[in-house]
Amino acid sequence: MSGRQIMTADEIRRATVRLSHEIVEKQAGTDGLLLIGIQRRGVPLARRIAAAIAENEGVDVPVGALDITFYRDDLSMVAQQPVVKGTALPSGIDARTIVLVDDVLYTGRTIRAAMDALVDFGRPQAIRLAVLVDRGHRELPIRADHVGKNVPTSREELVKVHLEEIDGEDGVEIERLIAEPVG
Amino acid sequence: MSLVVDPEAAAVVAAVPSVDAVPGSQLVAWRHRHLLDVDGLTAADLELVMRTTDAMREVLARPITKVPALRGRQVTILFYEASTRTRVSFEVAARNLSADVVNIAAASSSVSKGESLVDTVRTVEALGAHMLVMRHSVSGAPYLAAETFGGSVLNGGDGWHAHPTQALLDLFTMRERLPGGSLVGRKVVILGDLLHSRVARSNIWTLTAAGADLWLCGPATLVRGFEAWAGRGAAAGRRFHVTTSVDEAVRDADVVMALRIQRERMASGLLPSLREYTARYGLTRERLAKARPGALVMHPGPMNEGVEIAADVATGAQSVITDQVTNGVAVRMAILYLLAGTHAATEAA
Repeated sequence: MSGRQIMTADEIRRATVRLSHEIVEKQAGTDGLLLIGIQRRGVPLARRIAAAIAENEGVDVPVGALDITFYRDDLSMVAQQPVVKGTALPSGIDARTIVLVDDVLYTGRTIRAAMDALVDFGRPQAIRLAVLVDRGHRELPIRADHVGKNVPTSREELVKVHLEEIDGEDGVEIERLIAEPVG
Repeated sequence: MSLVVDPEAAAVVAAVPSVDAVPGSQLVAWRHRHLLDVDGLTAADLELVMRTTDAMREVLARPITKVPALRGRQVTILFYEASTRTRVSFEVAARNLSADVVNIAAASSSVSKGESLVDTVRTVEALGAHMLVMRHSVSGAPYLAAETFGGSVLNGGDGWHAHPTQALLDLFTMRERLPGGSLVGRKVVILGDLLHSRVARSNIWTLTAAGADLWLCGPATLVRGFEAWAGRGAAAGRRFHVTTSVDEAVRDADVVMALRIQRERMASGLLPSLREYTARYGLTRERLAKARPGALVMHPGPMNEGVEIAADVATGAQSVITDQVTNGVAVRMAILYLLAGTHAATEAA
């Protein structure tokens, strides 16, 4: 890691466990609950939250993966189409409480895209949002119901979440984007 | 309810940008602005097309099979040759991605008044086309269109030369249906009128790239020229076999793809009669029995049942012909999506 660390592996673990408690408390149980991770790092986070719920409540909450690539509003602004990572939802989201899980909440555009995608699958009872890091700078009227850590940032900074399942280690760091060309 | 997270989706460990990553750090994956043939696609390109097609198959399985990925893009379909399945397949694919679709049938357009291809391409571009899907009876016509057109050109079949999306959907169907999902070492037979077949010519590139043991089989008059290509291909690591013996070709095959015999070939003296072709090369149940048990039966369509393929084989348990049609929509969605990322932002504004 090259930037300034703002969350250690232990802090990520504790935040994940707290998020799992908050989610169950808000739902007053686990009935109808469905965790959906946003590709990519939201997916392992959703699995971790589900594992924590299983440990505390003894209930296996279903976990899905949502790829929002086809719903992005900036496809015409990126030079290449992003690689699609795939969507896999438990059958039927009607009348369930969906908790969207993502690593970083920033502009809110990803969450807007995720909600657009979800409503094409059915009519959930409610959609909630859990994120590991909220770094501010929203461009849409969206807020998280459950936040692991609030981190004040500037737009010139980059928040990087590393998860063992994808990156080989846990940690959150913050990096300043350098205006000069790198390398 | 069980966990139904797709392990495939989770297992992908390639570098994928986080959603909030700056645009400049996006993974660069697809660099081809046009799809004119499959000869320029690397193994990594083919893998990306197959993976993107998997994602499109998932979209097609949703309650609403439409995603907004190409909203605001205009896809113009310009066909100078008759076609049902390819044209409709492209149209459905473009609509599933929320693109605006314009259909031009050459017979009812200014083409019948003598407008040149280049003028027609300039006109459709001026009318707002971002992507042009084209079929033409002259080999190479889409290359000429690509020189003029500012967006992406997709070859929907040109003369005897190429039919890239057909080759890609054939590859996808074989990977999906063969045990293990790989073509490496699998014996694949293309049977019939190779000479006039753009489907076969494009399939040679993708199937050899995928590592298949490829056999081309047909009457001597309809496989001529391929021996020389096979010789050149072997030098480039793209080995395939050419034979006039249907028994040799089909023996222990994993896939048998029959090609359409066009009735007009009789007039040119290449075949004595349809009946003789059927007797010697038609894909019958007896011939198929020489292939591996469960070998896949394919056909790019349209079929002449009872000529190049027996009706009971075409609709039998081993036939994946309707899968080819379904997969065609997913493959074309994948290609439209990938190509759409390669032209300038302002075009879609």
